[in-house]
Amino acid sequence: MAQMNMLHAINEALSIAMTADERMVIFGEDVGHFGGVFRATSGLQEQFGRDRCFNTPLTEQGIAGFANGLASYGMTAVAEIQFADYIFPAFDQIVNESAKFRYRSGNQFDVGGLTFRTPYGGGIAGGHYHSQSPEAYFTQTPGLKVVIPRNPEQAKGLLLASIRDPNPVIFFEPKRLYRASVGEVPAGDYVIELGKAQVIKQGSDITVLAWGAQMEIVEKACERAEKEGISCEIIDLRTIAPWDVETIAKSVTKTGRLLINHEAPLTGGFAGEIAATIQQECFLSLESPISRVCGLDTPYPLVHEKEYMPDELKTFEAIKATVSF
Amino acid sequence: MSNAPLTNETVHRVSFLDKASLHIPILRILQADGTTYENAVLPVIDKALAEKIFDTCVFTRVLDERMLGAQRQGRISFYMTCTGEEASIIGSTAALDKDDVILAQYREHASLRYRGFTTEQFMNQMFSNEKDLGKGRQMPIHYGSRELNYQTISSPLATQIPQATGVAYGMKLQGKRNVAICYFGEGAASEGDFHAGLNMAAVLKSPTIFFCRNNGYAISTPTEEQFAGNGIASRGVGYGMHTIRVDGNDMLAVLAATQQARAHALEFNAPVLIEAMTYRLGAHSSSDDPSGYRSKEEEAKWQKHDPVKRFKLWMINKDWLTEADEAKLFERYREEVLAAVKVAEKLPVPKLDEIIEDVLDKPTPALRKQLKELKEHIAKYPKAYPKSAGRL
Ligand SMILES: Cc1ncc(C[n+]2csc(CCOP(=O)(O)OP(=O)(O)O)c2C)c(N)n1
Repeated sequence: MAQMNMLHAINEALSIAMTADERMVIFGEDVGHFGGVFRATSGLQEQFGRDRCFNTPLTEQGIAGFANGLASYGMTAVAEIQFADYIFPAFDQIVNESAKFRYRSGNQFDVGGLTFRTPYGGGIAGGHYHSQSPEAYFTQTPGLKVVIPRNPEQAKGLLLASIRDPNPVIFFEPKRLYRASVGEVPAGDYVIELGKAQVIKQGSDITVLAWGAQMEIVEKACERAEKEGISCEIIDLRTIAPWDVETIAKSVTKTGRLLINHEAPLTGGFAGEIAATIQQECFLSLESPISRVCGLDTPYPLVHEKEYMPDELKTFEAIKATVSF
Repeated sequence: MSNAPLTNETVHRVSFLDKASLHIPILRILQADGTTYENAVLPVIDKALAEKIFDTCVFTRVLDERMLGAQRQGRISFYMTCTGEEASIIGSTAALDKDDVILAQYREHASLRYRGFTTEQFMNQMFSNEKDLGKGRQMPIHYGSRELNYQTISSPLATQIPQATGVAYGMKLQGKRNVAICYFGEGAASEGDFHAGLNMAAVLKSPTIFFCRNNGYAISTPTEEQFAGNGIASRGVGYGMHTIRVDGNDMLAVLAATQQARAHALEFNAPVLIEAMTYRLGAHSSSDDPSGYRSKEEEAKWQKHDPVKRFKLWMINKDWLTEADEAKLFERYREEVLAAVKVAEKLPVPKLDEIIEDVLDKPTPALRKQLKELKEHIAKYPKAYPKSAGRL
């Protein structure tokens, strides 16, 4: 075990994966010698050479299409999209091609060796082009896995699992936590199974569910609630698609209440999907309506970022309201 | 005439074309000492225009220097300079009519200044205060002004390129004698939008000027890792448009090329591509440190090609400027910028109510409900939301 920040953990995961798999290549804008604008790929070009870690021209559409081709030819492709906000020029290649390669060819071809890594989320005074949480757009596309880690230990294990998963994965990295989140990370190679939520704290009055950078926020909100005598069960969804219905349903059956928190706008956000499913699975156990604390239905604002965010206080209030419904 | 052969010549053994087959000269008018080349054909320029150009150069240098400083002091969150690229940016804008629409990338604040954006307006945007025309929604340097025909900057690269094609096509249909100009870096020219925008402009005959600032780097990526062909100019030719490569550190060359590009675009309803060869002297942005990817020697070499200095020497040679005039101008703008910073940083942020405006033409009922709940929440915890709480 060693203390490290999330960027370091990601870098370590990439290095381990490349060492173990000589067909793995890693590429994107500025990822080569410079090591990426956030430095997640630092040192990899020195370690593995320019053929396996390189800068691409500035074209997300090109990066994704190239990654699809590479992966369809049996390579392990790890592509970086510099900011999740800039994944949209690659949208067609990802949702129409990566996601459907296997299905449309009757499993003759697949791009299972493909992983997109991309920093997402707000809280860094980035305005609407450096802050978006676009996970929901991808969850409506069958054929993709969507993964979001909450801390360095999770980032390393989930990224290694994503790279080795035989399906295309979009791995969203909470950029607000890149340097801010520091923790113990197991040494060496390990994976955390995809598709499994993690109960990080047991409780009896309400289930509080989130993912990625919002985990920190819901944990703080739950601490406040505990002081008022409310017992919270906290769950990190970790894999957003396909998501772990069983673990959430089991928890809500026990607590009778559910609050879901995400940073993306409320309308059409993934919380809506979870609420609908859990309402069906747990109807007879529910003691209050399922609550959502999310971003506003506006683009991500700059000066009013603090007001926009589904923060600790808003979550705390919603927990109280749900428990005393 | 569709499918007419493009060349009549036939050959009978395989012979490939390569990037050297395309001979692209570079237009240069001004020499390093401020004299012009012997056979050079000068742009249309008089003393008043030269003074306006130089004034914009000085303002921009001061703004860049001061605001980078302000960013380092934590007074603004982000900044980008155009140091080293002033001739490309100002020389091209100076060739335009005020009703020509500018669609910029982000490093072209000098164009906006040339059009008359005031020092206060720059500050209001950078400090996201209640007077920011963009209502405090975007990061510093994402300016825009309807009045000055300068469309608001969007961070996703290259999106403005096909948009410029559309703007110019609209001008054509409305019978305007105007063009749209769009600026972009050689990095952005790798995006799909670049290819789509150029192809559409050429095919649809849209009077657009595509202005590429080829400044050597896209963040850390040097041009050798960006393209393998004959620069960006070769692509203009490939898409079938008039194309020129200019020395982007030569104010007169950029001005001359853009004046003629504009005339051509209007006369033939045709797009033109200009590739300005220049160098990004500063860091990519205030979040970047170029020492990680390029040498001090390389930067020093380009310092010698300072475009503002070259133009200044030309003006001095013509007796249109003295060193003392220049010093005075710098002094005046340093004071002006400093004073404007002090005012702008004290103004309050936009009111919270504006957060739900302009999502659609009118806020939806759902949004109004969200705002109401947000305000109730803030009223309950005023200390946690200091920017808005006092102004609910
Ligand atoms: C679609 C998209 N991808 C990535 C980025 C991140 N980014 C911002 S500026 C930049 C480099 C742009 O280089 P270039 O176009 O050459 O312009 P320069 O900065 O050199 O003026 C990158 C990669 C972005 N803003 N938009």
